[in-house]
Order: sequence, then structure tokens, then C-alpha cells
Amino acid sequence: MIFNYIGNFTLFFCLLLSSIIFFTSILSLNNKNSFFKRNLNELLFFKFFFTLLSFFSLLILFINSEFSNETVLNNSHISKPLFYKISGTWGNHEGSLLLWLLILTFCAFFYFLKSKNRPLDERLLTIMFQELIIIGFLFFLLKASNPFNIIFPVPNEGMGLNPILQDPLLAIHPPILYLGYVSTSIVFSSSLAGLMRGNINNFWAKHIKSWVYISWTFLTLGILLGSIWAYYELGWGGFWFWDPVENISLMPWLSLTALVHCILVLEKRSILHSWTVILSIITFTLGICGTFLVRSGILNSIHTFANDPERGLYILFFLFFLIFLSILIYFIYEDKFETNNKNLNFYSKDFSIILNNWFVMYFLSVILIGTIYPIFLEVLSNEKISVGPPFFNKLIIPFLIPFLIFMSIGPNLKWIKNNKLSNKLNLIFIFILSIVITIFVSRFYSSVALNITILLTASFYLFFVTIKDFAKKNYKNYSQMFSHFGFSLLVLSILMNSIFSNEVTSNMQVGDEIKFLDKKIKLQKLENTKEANFLKLIAHFKIEDKDKIELFFKPEIRIYDKPETITSEAAIKTDIFRDRFLVINLVKENDYLNVRYQEKPFMVWIWISAILISLGGIINIFKKNEK
Amino acid sequence: MKIKIILLVILVLISFSKRSFSNDLKLENKINKNLRCLICQGQSIYDSQSDFAESMKLVVKQKIEAGMSEEDIYSFFKIQYGEWILYDPQFNIKNFALWLLPILIFLAGGIIIIVKFGVLKKR
Amino acid sequence: MKNKYLKIFIIIFFIFSFFIFYYGLKQKDLYTTENSGIQKFPNLTLQDFFTNKQISFEDILIDGNYYLVNIWASWCLPCRDEHIYLTQLKKNSSVKIIGINYKDKKSNAEKFLDEFGNPYEYILNDKDGIASIEIGAYGVPESFILNRQKEIVKKIIGPIDQKKFKKVLKIIKNEN
Repeated sequence: MIFNYIGNFTLFFCLLLSSIIFFTSILSLNNKNSFFKRNLNELLFFKFFFTLLSFFSLLILFINSEFSNETVLNNSHISKPLFYKISGTWGNHEGSLLLWLLILTFCAFFYFLKSKNRPLDERLLTIMFQELIIIGFLFFLLKASNPFNIIFPVPNEGMGLNPILQDPLLAIHPPILYLGYVSTSIVFSSSLAGLMRGNINNFWAKHIKSWVYISWTFLTLGILLGSIWAYYELGWGGFWFWDPVENISLMPWLSLTALVHCILVLEKRSILHSWTVILSIITFTLGICGTFLVRSGILNSIHTFANDPERGLYILFFLFFLIFLSILIYFIYEDKFETNNKNLNFYSKDFSIILNNWFVMYFLSVILIGTIYPIFLEVLSNEKISVGPPFFNKLIIPFLIPFLIFMSIGPNLKWIKNNKLSNKLNLIFIFILSIVITIFVSRFYSSVALNITILLTASFYLFFVTIKDFAKKNYKNYSQMFSHFGFSLLVLSILMNSIFSNEVTSNMQVGDEIKFLDKKIKLQKLENTKEANFLKLIAHFKIEDKDKIELFFKPEIRIYDKPETITSEAAIKTDIFRDRFLVINLVKENDYLNVRYQEKPFMVWIWISAILISLGGIINIFKKNEK
Repeated sequence: MKIKIILLVILVLISFSKRSFSNDLKLENKINKNLRCLICQGQSIYDSQSDFAESMKLVVKQKIEAGMSEEDIYSFFKIQYGEWILYDPQFNIKNFALWLLPILIFLAGGIIIIVKFGVLKKR
Repeated sequence: MKNKYLKIFIIIFFIFSFFIFYYGLKQKDLYTTENSGIQKFPNLTLQDFFTNKQISFEDILIDGNYYLVNIWASWCLPCRDEHIYLTQLKKNSSVKIIGINYKDKKSNAEKFLDEFGNPYEYILNDKDGIASIEIGAYGVPESFILNRQKEIVKKIIGPIDQKKFKKVLKIIKNEN
């Protein structure tokens, strides 16, 4: 009970501290007031510490099932397992915002600690912008989404957490994702600060590079976890739905990817200053924009948190405040950029990175427009349309083809200028190899669109080119090789998966057997059991293939009572060649089950390739800087 | 060089020849993925197991068996339920901007690159 | 971006977007098909609830009456609420009520009718939900008001309440 008060008051202390830091950082810029500059480290630490206290308070309230706290009441109940009580802390709107705040304050503290080689006024300005963001979130939290609201009289039992959220993957998905999003705030603040001080140059790029890599890696992993969870938990066998909330997480990732490449160019060649700053602003504002779209109820999605327009209003104001502030600062200070009109040779690595940015921003605009257009249309003309996978596929797939080819050739070019492409012959040979392999693969499928086949060739090309690069054992570029190879594998696995997947759906009763390709699927028996917080119906299936090998599947249907939900747990067997996916559902007012069996080749490679991509980022974080 | 051309031609020919299995299930799935479940929060009828979705799937199957084309099936549902049920936005005046804007942005990006980096200048 | 016009354009664009989102927030409402245009009621052939024979709508929809086609089920809780209004409508001579029993077990449906009354001229079975979709419904309960030319003039999504009941009366009286 006392933790309610602790949690609340520590947040107020944070607000106080943030305001102090904010104002003194402004004053210190001109006054050289040494007291605050010296003690800023401590102040930032305390602010983080208080936020941590607040977060722990909420955690303890959840663990103890303290229903005097409104958030705990709405999102937990006594019989929930401990692990999910803990993860329930951030599995709701208020708690997740507290998590945002926690990471924000940590980043501020960590940044100041690690930026000692930067000019002091730039660091102060960065902290100033960071505090502005933190104050904004604190106000939002305290006014509209306080996790420490007290309910009296104290209810005996809570409303419970939606059972499909009670999953280990989903428990760690938000923290990792938020680490990605929130750390872009430092890149944002630092860019604005550097812009105002005229410090945007290759030294600044080198400094901010680590932050960009850290954000990017966490964001990649966070999105991956979300997809894995959707695949295993949601029971439809899909891992990406172009759902608005998924799109919203992908957009900052795309601009961050562009930024990762762009910052390299800034560091090595001292060009693209203004574009780097613009990308930093875009990335962070997309993150906040995402928060807005998800929590305000303006979008129709299976992921939406809270449908509260009032909260949405606040975030909207905050978002546009940040946007207008950034635009203003940019327009005022843009003359401070070191103009460097070096002539660019377009047979060079720098130019291929520019091409990369061009394509990546195009993909981003497709997703942004696809997600936001229905909102605009509805407001302007009162008509509702849906923008779904066909739209995104049609606009993205054709452009992936040149993108992959540039991605293969680009890293093989030198910086500045490539006089003679030494491995020209190699590249051409690999191109022919890719075509031949595609022809071979295409004999196994029918009725697939032409652009998919060409895309297959392009991804094989990237695949083999990156393998060739591995063979050359160039230690300097392992991070890039892993990520690019991972990307080619990702596209390949997704393509092969979608081309070669097969499925059958049928209504079955106990004892029924259906034929599928060369297999026989039989429903052997049904079993009812009772677990801690749900009733379980297990269906025992036997699948026999033509070689008389038998596999047993046990998909379940779970009936929860707090809250009343029915979920379907798929039975999935994974090996390196394919996933076998069996899911059942009850049919209303009938004794039979609706059964869907899918064979999905290369599923596990999709996850592996995403991990490889993030591995590139991890390598970069730990790489010692070259002299 | 000649070999490359021959290979390319073979590739193109093979990609074009779609062996026409009348694979009804694939068509069914394709249509089902393109129709929104109206009572769900952001799922297609392929993904959803709700009453509405299950009935819709039966209706789609019936219509395919009756020989209706994919376009006709979409039209049917559009008339019954409005454009919101279709996940593939149609090419009409109000969706013009939706399809056109990304392409315009792509071209704009290209133009900016050409202008800023003097791609067209003679060296 | 030295171009002044570009800067002004960008600022205006963001102000515009802000207002769009602002109004988007205020406007949030659920999607309904209530306003899809007038259509002719499809001529379906379904199984009669009591006699198990196949009847087509063409056979039932005669007389030049107004018809209210009501989709219901025994497991549907809001259906119980609206049943009072349906019973009242039965007394009105200018409209006849036809029920479509949606995905229901006969014994449960019969119990429902015993308990709440039977306002229906005819009841037809829709065990798999196909008929409801052919009509253009997507949930239970839903009601369709047909005019004398067998065209759908109004769709009621959800249970009939006092307000909607008055609207129905108005429509029937209008053409009298």
C-alpha cells in the first residue's frame, strides 16, 4: 500500500529534478555556472534513481497483487503466475509509460557519463532537450496515465491480464523494443544540440555512432521478438500482418537503418550533414508518433493498448510540439552546417549508401502513407477504407529487386572512387549463378508472379555475394557482412516460405482422418484437463506420411475465466527444413472441431536471419574504434 | 555473352509459363486474406475464427465453385459491406493519392539526388 | 532548403496534419454497414425451421406488405432485449416479420421461442451463416426492413431499442 505513495512521490521528485536540470542547463550555457555543471552527473543519476524507485514500487504492487492500485486491479489477478505478475507491470498502458520514462532517464544519465569528449555546451544542450522530452512524459504520466491511482474500498480480485499476453516472449518484447525506441531520443537531442552549436561533423558522427547502433540493434531484436510471439501464440501461422502497430514499429527501424548507413558517410567523407540531422529528427518523432497512434484509439488494430482519445490528445500535442520545435531549430540554424560540396563519384561506396537511403526512405513512405492515409480519408470524406498486405506488397516488392542488387554491389566498391572494380568478374559470375539457381528452384513451383521470381534471383545474388565476402576474411567489415547476409537470408526465407507453403483446413470429429498431399491426418482423441487459471481441451492428432513415419500433435483450446477468453494454442513442430503447424478451433453449437494444418518451409531461417542482422549491430557496438 | 542471353531468355520463358493448376484452395486463401473480418480488430477472415469469418469463408468457397472471378467476388462484398472490407485499396479517385504519393516521393528522392550530387554533370 | 516557399509549405503541411489527427481523434466511431445503398433483397432458398422443407424468399415475400427480416439466435443475449419490440410489431398489420435462425440448435431455439414468444410469420434456418452474408449482415442481431418492392430500405445493426423501434414505425407509416 505504501508503495503507491512512494511510487507517486518519487515521480514528483523526478519532475522537480527534471525542471531544475532543464533550467540550469539553459542558464549554464551562458553563465558558466560551475556548480551545476559539475554536479549534473549526480543530478542525472538521482533522477534516474527516483524513476527506478517508482518503477520498482509498481513492480512490488503487482507482485503483491495490491488491488488498491487501479493499474494492478485492471491488469492482474491473484492466481496469475509470478512471472506474469512481474511482466504485467509493463504490459499495460500506464506501466509501459513508466518503463519509457525509466529508459529515458537512464539514457540521459548514461549519455552525460559517456560524452566527456564532446564540448560542454553541446552536452548541456543535449541534456536540455532530453529533459524537455522527459518533462513531457512526466506530465502525461502524472496527469493522464498515473499508474498509482488508489481505489477505495480495496477489491478482492483483479480483472486479469489477457491470457494471450501471458507469454515469456511477450514479457520481454516491450522492454527490448522500448530500449530501441527510447535510445533514439539521445540521437535526436544530440542532433539538435549539435545543430545549434554547429558541431555536426565527422567527430560528432563518430561519437553518436554507438548510440545509433545500440538503438538499431535493440529495435531489430524487439521487432523480431514480436513476430516470433505472433507466430507461436496467435495461432494463425503468420508472423507479419502489416498491422498498423507493426508498421509503426517498422518505420523508426527503417529510418534508423538509413541513419546507420548515413552516419558512416558523415564520418568517413564529411558530407550529408543536414540529411543526418533530418533523419535523427524523423526517427525519434516516428517513435513518438507511433506511441500516439497506438494509444489513442485512432487506429483499428489487434494490438491497440488503450482506446482513450483524451490521452491521445495529449500525445498529439506533445508530438507536434516536438515536430515544430525541431523544424524551427533546423530552419534557424541550418546555415551552421559546414558546407562541403565535394564532388561525388557515383561509382563509390558513398554513393551506394545514398542510394540505400533513397530506397529505404521510399519504403518508409510507403508504410507511412499506407498507415495514415485511411485516417486522413476518414476525416476529410467520412469514408473508411482498409489498407492491407496487398498494398504494401505491390509497392515494396518490385523496388526490393534493385535494392538487393545495389546492396550486393555497394559494399564491394571503395570509398570516394572506384577506379577499377577488381572483383568485377566475380560479381558477374555470381549473377549468372543466381539466375541458374533461380531457374532450378522455379521448376518446383507454379503460378508465381514474375516479379517474385526476379526477386528470388536478386536475393540469391546478395546471398552469394555476401558469402564470397565472408570467404575473403575481411575482419574489418564483419558487422556489415553479417547484417547484409542476414538480410539476404531473410528475404530468401520469406520468399521460399510463401511460395512453398501448403495447408489444409477441415472440420473433424474424433476418429476422422483426412488426406493431405502424401500424409494422413487423424484425430485420435480429445482430453479435458484443468490448470491453474484455465480449462484445457487437448486434441490428440497423429500424422502419418508415406513412409509410415508417425508424428503426434497436441494442439489445445484454453478457456480462461479471468477475463473470460478462449484461446487456441497451436502445436508446432520445428526443424531446419520446415515447420509443421496444427491448430484447432471450436465451431459454435457443433460437436466437431475446425482443424488447420500447415506445412511452412524454412520458418526457422526467418528468425535466424533476423538474429544475424542484429548480430551485425552487436558486433559494431563492441568493436573498438579504429584510430 | 551469348550464354548469358540464352539463360536470361530461358528464365523469362519459365517464369511466364504458369502451369495452370486450377488450384482452388490457393485462390480461396488469396481471397480470404484480402477480406477483412468486420467484427474483429484488424484480422482477415483467413486469420480469424469468428462466426462471421467462418461463414464468409464458406460463401467465398461457394462463389469460387459457382465460377465467379476474383474481381466479381470482391465487387460482391464491396456492395454488401462497403470498401472497408477489402484490404487491397481500389484504384479510384479517392485512393488516387494513396497509390500515387509513394511513387511521387520516390521520384522526388531521385530528383533531389540528381540535383544535389550533380549526377548529370559532365566530369 | 534555402527555398522559402518550401519551408512555408512544410510548416503548413504539418499544421494541416495536426488538425487532421485532432479531428480524427474526436471522430472515432465504429464501422457499420447501415448506410450501404438500397438493394433488392436476394432470393434465397432456405430450410423452414418447423417443417424442414425448402422455401424460397420469393414464395414468402408476397402480399405487398412491409417485411422485417430479423436475424436471431438463442445464444445471443441482445436478441432477448429486442424481442419485446418484435412482439409489438407483430400486432402491426402493415408489417410481417420473418426470422432467420443463425447458427443455432433447434431445441435451444424452440426453448427461446417458448420463453419469449414467436413474432415470426416464418422462420428459416441459417446453420452455416451463408444466408446472412448473402443478405449483407455480419452479426447478430440484425434486422432488415423491406418495402413493398422487396427492396432493403433500412438496416438495423444490433438489437432494436426504443429509438430504433420508433424509426421502424415511421418507415412503415410513411408509405401507408
